[in-house]
Amino acid sequence: MSAAENRSIVLESAEALAASVRSGARSALEVARAFLAQADRTAPKLETYLHRMPESALRDAEAVDRKRAAGETLGPLAGVPIALKDNICVRGVPTTCGSKILEGYRPPYDAHVVERLRSADAVLIGKTNCDEFAMGSSTENSAYRVTKNPWDLDRVPGGSSGGSAATVAAREAPLSLGSDTGGSVRQPAAFCGVYGLKPTYGAVSRYGLVAFASSLDQIGPFARSARDTALVQNVICGRDARDTTSRADARPIDLEALEKEITGLRVGVPRAILDEAGDGLAPSIRASFEAAISAFERVGAKIVDVALPHAKYAIATYYLIAPAEASSNLARYDGVRYGVRRADGDLRGMYEATRGAGFGREVKRRILLGTYALSAGYYDAYYLRAQKVRTLIRKDFLDALAAADSLLLPITPTPAFKIGEKTDDPLAMYLNDIFSIPASLAGVPALSFPASFDAAGLPIGLQLVGRPFDEGTMLRVARAYEREHDAASRVPAIVTAAEGGAR
Amino acid sequence: MTKPAGLRDDAGSKYEPVIGLEVHAQLKTKTKIFCPCSTTFGAAPNSQVCPVCLGLPGVLPVLNERAVAFAAMTGLAVGATVHPRSIFARKNYFYPDLPKGYQISQYDRPLCEGGGVEIHVGEVRKRIGLVRIHLEEDAGKSLHPEGREGVNTTRVDLNRAGVPLIEIVSEPDIRSGAEAYHYLTKLKQILVYLDVCDGNMEEGSLRCDANVSVRPRGQAAFGTKTEIKNLNSFRYVEKAIAYEIDRQIALIESGGRVVQETLLWDSARGVAETMRSKEEAHDYRYFPEPDLLPVDLESSWVDGLRATLPELPDALRERLVREQGIPEYDAEVLTETRALASYYEETALRSGQPKHASNWIMTEVNAVRNKTGDTIESFPIRPDRLGDLVGMVASGRVSGKIAKQLFEIMLTDPAGPEALVQKHGLLPIEDAAALRALVREVIAANPGPAAEFRSGKEKTFAFLVGQAMKQSRGRAHPEKLQAALRAVLTEESA
Repeated sequence: MSAAENRSIVLESAEALAASVRSGARSALEVARAFLAQADRTAPKLETYLHRMPESALRDAEAVDRKRAAGETLGPLAGVPIALKDNICVRGVPTTCGSKILEGYRPPYDAHVVERLRSADAVLIGKTNCDEFAMGSSTENSAYRVTKNPWDLDRVPGGSSGGSAATVAAREAPLSLGSDTGGSVRQPAAFCGVYGLKPTYGAVSRYGLVAFASSLDQIGPFARSARDTALVQNVICGRDARDTTSRADARPIDLEALEKEITGLRVGVPRAILDEAGDGLAPSIRASFEAAISAFERVGAKIVDVALPHAKYAIATYYLIAPAEASSNLARYDGVRYGVRRADGDLRGMYEATRGAGFGREVKRRILLGTYALSAGYYDAYYLRAQKVRTLIRKDFLDALAAADSLLLPITPTPAFKIGEKTDDPLAMYLNDIFSIPASLAGVPALSFPASFDAAGLPIGLQLVGRPFDEGTMLRVARAYEREHDAASRVPAIVTAAEGGAR
Repeated sequence: MTKPAGLRDDAGSKYEPVIGLEVHAQLKTKTKIFCPCSTTFGAAPNSQVCPVCLGLPGVLPVLNERAVAFAAMTGLAVGATVHPRSIFARKNYFYPDLPKGYQISQYDRPLCEGGGVEIHVGEVRKRIGLVRIHLEEDAGKSLHPEGREGVNTTRVDLNRAGVPLIEIVSEPDIRSGAEAYHYLTKLKQILVYLDVCDGNMEEGSLRCDANVSVRPRGQAAFGTKTEIKNLNSFRYVEKAIAYEIDRQIALIESGGRVVQETLLWDSARGVAETMRSKEEAHDYRYFPEPDLLPVDLESSWVDGLRATLPELPDALRERLVREQGIPEYDAEVLTETRALASYYEETALRSGQPKHASNWIMTEVNAVRNKTGDTIESFPIRPDRLGDLVGMVASGRVSGKIAKQLFEIMLTDPAGPEALVQKHGLLPIEDAAALRALVREVIAANPGPAAEFRSGKEKTFAFLVGQAMKQSRGRAHPEKLQAALRAVLTEESA
């Protein structure tokens, strides 16, 4: 197959690819080959993957083609390649969460979302790089490699789902899944110029997602359009008996309804939150934010002022709750049953040597923070109080979402920063999540959508926040913006440059 | 205050022991508390495990409703409050047989609080209050096989990991090892009646830790307590508590102070030894389990459980006394298990002889069971046959002595007692001529006593009856035998 044919395939939307595979216009095999070829060219430079699955991808694609040949109805993601963050379990496939402690670990079961993707006839193509146990905002905390931003290889792709964001931006996959605990889907989506959805807490089963902070973790999709985002979300959402925090409330999103005008829809703007970032908020982000407000007004939306008075406590709250849960969730990596074991004298020695060698600095930092927050005598002052503040933050959002149908916020204070720029300053790294964390704590759905590019050509994303289990309205608002400014259609130079300067 | 029977003779002592027990009872659910793995005991190591109970990355617990029902039933049975909302919490600590690095338990919002259990120690009745009953998962089992060439190995079997437990925490209302023994016996009886726990201590389905302190009599404040673990029989509990009370009193008497610590009972040596001090105590860092929703119980669901509660030992005992007219003591023995009580009730009904039925079960049946180890369910003589046998004695169809022979035969021959009487020629001798012949033989063999009777010594009549009965190998019809004897004796003197 020619490079040009491959190129036209990798630029297609997931929706169009699935339709062409269903109709027989294209085979799932040629679709899979095109994306694998693209990844062969760019993935070594971008270091997007921890484990690629070319053989099983081709087998799966052939199975889809056979299914079609046998006259069976194909699913909504027929033959569409999809990449998974390396904290989502796939039976028999290495799943390390970017950590040395899980080196060589292969889960004996598929995550719920993997089952859903398989039954939708999607084709799994690999496990993407991420910050160790999803702790980080740059993917620099991966124990294995540093993923590069496809728009500027000196910059980070964001994190923790940096590999999943970069692989979609680089057209190595039309879709991917990440996980979002405090912004880990939305922030890298913004840095890489793609869509990233954090569904309502409980909309997608966490079964098979390696836990970081159980009360915050949600699996969410990356895509290059609002419609493709909805397409994947419809496949993965819904009640799963194996996750009792998952709910049946998630309604399938009607893709055609996304095309409706948003005239009269109220877009809430919590301006005060911009000031929280202070000087940290880049002028380009502020400009993009103001431009988006005007754009929404132009297409008929009503802009309303809303307040999130407790959002300023979100980072402090998050850095008590998430590490506390993480300190407990990561206790199982003890060298006894799976993953790495370092023997050192007695039992305690084995624990210390295993965990000392297996975990990276950021993970250790958060385990210490969380252990401290849960300690006798500190629980009430830290963890319990944080939970109370969390309740207030959720109430803020529900109040604001009573006055507005959707909220518009920045998602990052700056575009993608340079690799190494913040690695020595964990606090600066934490502050990067100032706009993403509030919605995580509130458990409400939030979407990062590509809004514009700055002068240096780096993508800028903005964030929409919706009512619980109403991902559809947010996506409809984003789609209205997309019809006016299709920021996601711009292609990073690496995608074409890698073809050997063909362009 | 009456001295409870069984208490060591230290009523005159200056010290009062204060004891609270924590009992872990394994619930008899088919599957584990958070996954569908089987709970069957004795399977090959690590054969009853899945990603969930192995604590593999990415798995989540799903609560077994039946475990909640069993725990709530236990609460209802002991008069505890079953809370409409309770919350699971994580108890964090590292151990190789704890796959997740935390145990899912309940902490500040347990399923049940309050309630109590009445115990009888000799003639004294006493209520032991309960603090709480909460649900939790069991850990796995660490096995320490003999190491080769000095290499120590520990093997971990996770079949038990995730088996549902309830922890039943008593108030510090217990005052002696004997009271502790009776409390445990009663608690086990209730759990077994409810059919929520098999009560098998050898298999670990019932485990107990004891908190023991002593204080000067009359003092309200508690003394410093120690916790004794590894008490895997009721008798060990009793012994260990007695040991620890003596140790603490001796320590205080000699000018020392009790140190708060956890002790491990060594049943072979009969001593409790320090396992860890207060300083080494774990900080379990409890926090609400974010992977599980709060347990919200509909009141109608709880009412439904209440309606299905079986009759409990106290109520059953009282009913047997009232309905069958048997003594309190008999009722106590017969209500040891629900099955025994049912066995008794069926036997009493069949025979129409409540007291005789009770006597037969308490003596003959239980004596055999003690020898053979049979449960009442596996006992070969079922209530219909035993009832018939008891009835035959009462109606005079067979004598007590023949009945005992029949009972022995019935242990191995499944036929009914009437058929066995025919088969083994055990029919009573009722024929007047036969009886007269029999008594004549007896009189001939005992000329002395016969003469004494005739000379007015009525007492020797009983002796002669006994001899005649013996001669008949118990088959002679008692009344008819007596009539015949009297008749022959008087005839012959005439």
